[in-house]
Amino acid sequence: MKRSLERLSERAAAEGLLDVAYATVDSPFGPLLVATTPRGLVKLSLPNYDAGEALEELAARISPRVLEAPARLDDARRQLDAYFDGRLREFELPLDWRLSRGFRLRAARAIHRIPYGRTRSYTDIARSAGNERAVRAAGTACGANPIPIVVPCHRVLRSGGALGGYGGGLPMKEALLKMEGVLPEGE
Amino acid sequence: MTALPPFQSLLDDHAADVMAVLRGAVGRADAEDCFQETFLAALRAYPRLDDDRNLRGWLLTIAHRKAIDHHRANGRRPLPVAEPEELGGVTAEPELDEGLWALVGGLPPKQRAAVALRYACDLPHAEIAAALGCSPEAARRSLHEGMKRLRSEFGGERRKEPA
Repeated sequence: MKRSLERLSERAAAEGLLDVAYATVDSPFGPLLVATTPRGLVKLSLPNYDAGEALEELAARISPRVLEAPARLDDARRQLDAYFDGRLREFELPLDWRLSRGFRLRAARAIHRIPYGRTRSYTDIARSAGNERAVRAAGTACGANPIPIVVPCHRVLRSGGALGGYGGGLPMKEALLKMEGVLPEGE
Repeated sequence: MTALPPFQSLLDDHAADVMAVLRGAVGRADAEDCFQETFLAALRAYPRLDDDRNLRGWLLTIAHRKAIDHHRANGRRPLPVAEPEELGGVTAEPELDEGLWALVGGLPPKQRAAVALRYACDLPHAEIAAALGCSPEAARRSLHEGMKRLRSEFGGERRKEPA
């Protein structure tokens, strides 16, 4: 049956019927759900989120043709593995931005430009997204980021340097910033 | 309108049953091709599906049509039928033994499908009707005719056995 299902997802992709392919990728923080459309990576769901709900959201917002097809996410898996190993600093993955619109899309693109090991403030992101005073909205945009890690919202901090929030939980944000050398290792 | 569930959940829930029905309908060797055709057709139509209350019946309808297409393409012939214990997640009637399943394979397509859906998939008449694309009354008739024929043929088989 496994072979039949693999063949099905390959044929579906070849016939343009695989609108959203997903896979589960292990990470030091727990399993990540990653999903791609033919355009690129569209969703990364952190371990503390319900994967079933994430898939239902993809079905409702993009297309109900959602299939588990790990082969379609080999590249994303390899790059995520390398990133968590400290061997990769910049993801080279095509992204599908369609889950973000308007201000949030502009904020997400600004976050995507923050280099490895650097940080920006919520105010910086608000300014880049076109409204310097929309600091709270910038925070919401970080929280709503559909592709965390690859779009590195963990690199966005409060203006004074306080951590702010993180969808994956503050310990994860802290661990990522330590790994990238932004915060000192240790307690 | 509620959103359709991710297609993967249809595979998780029903792929094994669809495969079992197809093995019964077209035989193990050809079931794989029909399985692929069934789910590709389902994927093609899925976003436009406006009633998601009976996804299992919908998939079995498509599987049934693919099995008929397969028989049309190959000409009718007696068919191998899955053994009851291979039917994933469904319980066959215990009295339907292997010899009887072989006879099921020899029934005309509608009767064969009605009998397989009733006894291999445990579907009620209304769902068999949906799967066959006919009225519940016609489904009941196909099932009845199929069972009548099986009874007489199975009786014949029994009588042929040495005492």
